[in-house]
Amino acid sequence: MGKVVLSGKHFWYGNIAIAEAAIAAGCRFFAGYPITPASEIAEHIAQRFPEIGGIFVQFEDELASMAAILGASWAGAKSMTSTSGPGFSLMTENLGLGVMMEVPTVIVNIQRGGPSTGLPTLTAQGDVMQAKWGSHGPNEVIALSPDSPQEAFDLTIRCFNLAEKYRVPVVLLASETVGHSAGKVVVPPEDEIEIINRKRPSVPPAEYLPYKPDEDLIPPMAHAGEGYAVCTTGLTHDERGYPDTTAETQETLVRRLNDKIRKHMDDIVDVEEQHMEDAKIAVVSYGQVSRPAKRAVKMAREDGVSVGSIKLITIWPFAEKVIRKWAKQVDVFIVPELNYGQISLQVMREAAGDAETYLVPRMGGRLITPLEIYQEIKKVSEK
Amino acid sequence: MSHKTTRAEAPQELHPMDWWLRSERMPHIWCAGCGIGPTLYAWARALDSVGIRKDKVVYVSGIGCCGRGSGYLDVDGFHTTHGRAIPFAVGIKLVKPELCVNVISGDGDLFSIGGNHFIHACRRNVDLLVICTNNFTYGMTGGQLAATTLRGDYSTTTPYGNIEYPFNTPHLADASGAVYVARWTSIHVRQLQKSIAEALRMKGLRYIEVLSPCPVNYGRRNRLREVDDIAKWFWQSFEIRNGANTSEVEIEKGKPLILGNFIKREGKLSYYEELKKLEEKVKKAA
Repeated sequence: MGKVVLSGKHFWYGNIAIAEAAIAAGCRFFAGYPITPASEIAEHIAQRFPEIGGIFVQFEDELASMAAILGASWAGAKSMTSTSGPGFSLMTENLGLGVMMEVPTVIVNIQRGGPSTGLPTLTAQGDVMQAKWGSHGPNEVIALSPDSPQEAFDLTIRCFNLAEKYRVPVVLLASETVGHSAGKVVVPPEDEIEIINRKRPSVPPAEYLPYKPDEDLIPPMAHAGEGYAVCTTGLTHDERGYPDTTAETQETLVRRLNDKIRKHMDDIVDVEEQHMEDAKIAVVSYGQVSRPAKRAVKMAREDGVSVGSIKLITIWPFAEKVIRKWAKQVDVFIVPELNYGQISLQVMREAAGDAETYLVPRMGGRLITPLEIYQEIKKVSEK
Repeated sequence: MSHKTTRAEAPQELHPMDWWLRSERMPHIWCAGCGIGPTLYAWARALDSVGIRKDKVVYVSGIGCCGRGSGYLDVDGFHTTHGRAIPFAVGIKLVKPELCVNVISGDGDLFSIGGNHFIHACRRNVDLLVICTNNFTYGMTGGQLAATTLRGDYSTTTPYGNIEYPFNTPHLADASGAVYVARWTSIHVRQLQKSIAEALRMKGLRYIEVLSPCPVNYGRRNRLREVDDIAKWFWQSFEIRNGANTSEVEIEKGKPLILGNFIKREGKLSYYEELKKLEEKVKKAA
């Protein structure tokens, strides 16, 4: 039996860190389809899983991969897939089914430049809105965005924990520069890694209703083959899991699917703030852009500019409380992102009336530099 | 909710197959003359005859009339998205190989939108029983052209007649590597039941096509308007040819409808068995 959790210090690519984090989190089913710049995750899992008794399948496409990880989760496994933009587009089909059936699973999106085939080997942050709105219908998902191999490791574990806790597909919105940059990754001792497992039924099969939520709005999950005769469907359904396509049931179900996330924002939303105490300008960033952003803030502060940094670790649900709070203090939010304005729209919405939002867009292909962000901070501060 | 764990708990005055049903969900949505009911009846009888415990049975379906079946049977039922029943079922089966995982879906689901998954599941020889109720059309959406619609047939999207050739699905399954391939109709309930039972005793990808009447959305537009017209067509033209060469079993109107148990390949390891073998090899080398 190979070692499961590789506790210790490593020099890993982000993609390897993600694969090892999945293993450490208890993932034992992986389904995927080759795609640049995410393939190393599948390749690493393919090598590691036979050593530790996991199931790796390279499917015929991303549609199948996404369906398979839902099925595997229903059978009781922690499951994952990894992909990039074009594959993520296909996966949004069954991401919606995962939301509707309330299936814990993790989807890693190593973002590359789009639209379409775009920049297969180069970075971007263009799939932020797609992660939330890509699947039809009103739904809430959870998405986290790492800025380094270490954070990719830590957040992958958190993705699994959130998926299990809230019975929802969770997206790791990484990007090419995180997946393909190498850095120090510290894997803690196994007993120091927090692992959350899904709630299981506490009643006998005759009393079990698969979609009857507890007070926290999350129903306990029975698996296939346990005698609970689980009935589940992508159709609007009642607490028994039976299709009931009425406006009343739709109202109850879809509200709950959204509220089980919205009402736990404080638990899910994570941000990292620096130098915000006296800030009149805040740079809001996420993913790999937060590294040059933090550097730029430091440079500007050395020039005496009252600027702080807000790094969004949780992308969805959006950190609306944080932005609303700082909007009362700062004059401007500067939002550098590798797209033509996605998170900046969220910031604008929350800051409206209190603070300005200033987008610094780059279409992807290369990471924005600290100097470029610094120059934007200076420009704004001199206005 | 009713949840019948033993046959004895099913009230005797109900239907003899009641213990398999979520009877509180009856009546079902299927039309008079539809072949899905008899197919599920044959399937449940076969499960009983082979002695598979109900709590080990998983029923995965896609979208369409047939997709609804997974919600009517008192087993673990997964009503998934259009075309994706097979990969969803693969996920379940590989994690819990001890379960009896069945995909029962329609021709549109399995051979149009899900066609790629079907051939690849056959190629990998995943341990699944796949039953296709082929009614030659998209029933639930109102009778559009399917990949199984016969040449010359009328549908709502071929108002001047179909110019395409239909899939010969047993041949497709055979060529893709399925270890068991059969075709029956929903009026050949006994033969179908026996065929399913035979398939249930095997491992690997087993495929059974069940030709199934859709009087409302197929028959109505193809001079088979009465509720039993399609059943009569089956009855008048079927010819049982067990072991037939699957390349010679295309369906054409006016020609014999070839039914039978066509393919039975023994000795081929299922995908899960191959995976475990690989795992052993890796562990030994470590």
